[in-house]
Amino acid sequence: MTRVQLNYVFKLFFRLAGYSAVFILLGIFAMLLINGALAFRDISLGEFFTSPIWSPSAFEQPQYGILSLVVGSILITLLAMLIAVPIGVGAAAYLAEFAPKRVENIVKPAIEMLAAIPSVTIGFLGIVLLGPFLAQLFGTTNGLNALNGAILLAVMALPTIISISEDAIFAVPKSYKEASYALGANKWETLVNVTLPSSASGIIAAIMLGMGRVIGETMAVLMATGNAAAMPESIFSSVQPLTATIAIEMGEVPYNTPHYYSLFALGVILFLITLGINLLADRITSGFQMK
Amino acid sequence: MKKRIQFAVGLAFILLCTMLSLSALGVILFDIFAKGITHLTTEFIFGFPKNGMTEGGIFPAIIGTTFVTLITAIFSIPLGVASAVYLNEYAGNTWLTRLIRTSIRNLAGVPSIVYGLFGVALFVQAFQMGTSLLASGMTLGLMSLPYIITATEEALKTVPKGIKEGSTALGATKFETILLVILPVALPGIITGIILALSRAAGETAPILFTGVFFYQRYLPTSVFDEFMALPYHLFILSTQHHDIEGVRPLAYSTALLLLILVFALNLVAFYIRARYRQQT
Repeated sequence: MTRVQLNYVFKLFFRLAGYSAVFILLGIFAMLLINGALAFRDISLGEFFTSPIWSPSAFEQPQYGILSLVVGSILITLLAMLIAVPIGVGAAAYLAEFAPKRVENIVKPAIEMLAAIPSVTIGFLGIVLLGPFLAQLFGTTNGLNALNGAILLAVMALPTIISISEDAIFAVPKSYKEASYALGANKWETLVNVTLPSSASGIIAAIMLGMGRVIGETMAVLMATGNAAAMPESIFSSVQPLTATIAIEMGEVPYNTPHYYSLFALGVILFLITLGINLLADRITSGFQMK
Repeated sequence: MKKRIQFAVGLAFILLCTMLSLSALGVILFDIFAKGITHLTTEFIFGFPKNGMTEGGIFPAIIGTTFVTLITAIFSIPLGVASAVYLNEYAGNTWLTRLIRTSIRNLAGVPSIVYGLFGVALFVQAFQMGTSLLASGMTLGLMSLPYIITATEEALKTVPKGIKEGSTALGATKFETILLVILPVALPGIITGIILALSRAAGETAPILFTGVFFYQRYLPTSVFDEFMALPYHLFILSTQHHDIEGVRPLAYSTALLLLILVFALNLVAFYIRARYRQQT
């Protein structure tokens, strides 16, 4: 093969590799959709979306209502964000605006380290450390509940929220802040009234990406939320979010049964939720970059 | 005066936020190191599980995680690097390129458990690989792909335009320039990105749950079609599914510690390469 032919062949190879991401994303969606759709030969769509009872392995009358699973997912996600957003944005503001270089050089790698911890490890600590602690603090019988999962998820969302928010806050033009100082505002007033509002779109994108990670997180919630597929009554209820349901049941279910396909249908829902969140975050950041 | 108080309270609040974030890391590291170190003996690292995993070591899990990560690497590195080369060196700013970039960002956002489902449907079932090292490795490979592409592209972007033009001016074809000039210059950055992506894959549990991991094997896998033990899954089993959960807690802590050491060691290597490379340029 001549040099020129080789050049041509590899151009084609690189191009195909370049397109692969699109094919894989479409492939994942198609595969989930095809398998998920097969579930509805046996399960009514109405039951699936409106019934709160998920008991697919009941011998006589299996029931496939995802409502309590969805509520479980939403509950722990909102709780986690309630914890992670103020802490994450606060820490990002400190790092971007106030932290001396020395402090920054310690904190930033530490945040990266936190991001690198495998989720199964965090779930493990939810069982052995946070669970007993919460049980004692609130006097409940065991600490494996929505609150436990939410705290773990908050820890896992923090690195994403902190690092992306910090970039956004850091990107605010210096002249904005200088104008604020010139008007007599101090550093705190400038942060609250000028810097944070101007970086709002970046911070919102950071929160969305953190939330995407939280909704899709499996191991930590599987281990720490207590796995009860019932409608939660409070933050101390055990819940079984969508991800945990798939993780628990996929390993035990026989292939190509309605139960098997129903787990793919849960996968479709998860896929669409995270896709929606990511596309929204994308939109917000692209608007933010154009400014 | 009011402004001063506001300033002090505000600063105290965001300082507290930073401390809280750090203390999360501190608590995790301290607890696992303090309670995991006692059982981390050579017997534990190089031994096989005994008595229903209540004694002995976790050598097969270490080997399994190593093997599956190697398969992940073989599968994801060539495709990921080639994809990044296309985006950085060939692709114009068209709607198709934007679609590719959007797809990559969204692939990174797909939950790991969904990759697991996809792995079952495609690799285990459709491609008839069964639950195996290969199916798990390829599932993890797909999951790592967006991270490898993004990191490689970042590295490729830092290659100065001048040396590319120099190579072209000397009569090299585009492929020769990529292979002999661009990739070698970007290599430290690419390797850093690859190591970080693989360390993430090595610690993942959800994608391998139903594609090939097995909780107890007394032998090591001999082919890519064997099932395997893995460190993260081992930790999951020891802390949730074992018949004597309280009894194996020390073993679970040591497994967690070993997993943390593995992941942090890979991260340190990556940071070291990045730091050295930054000093040179």
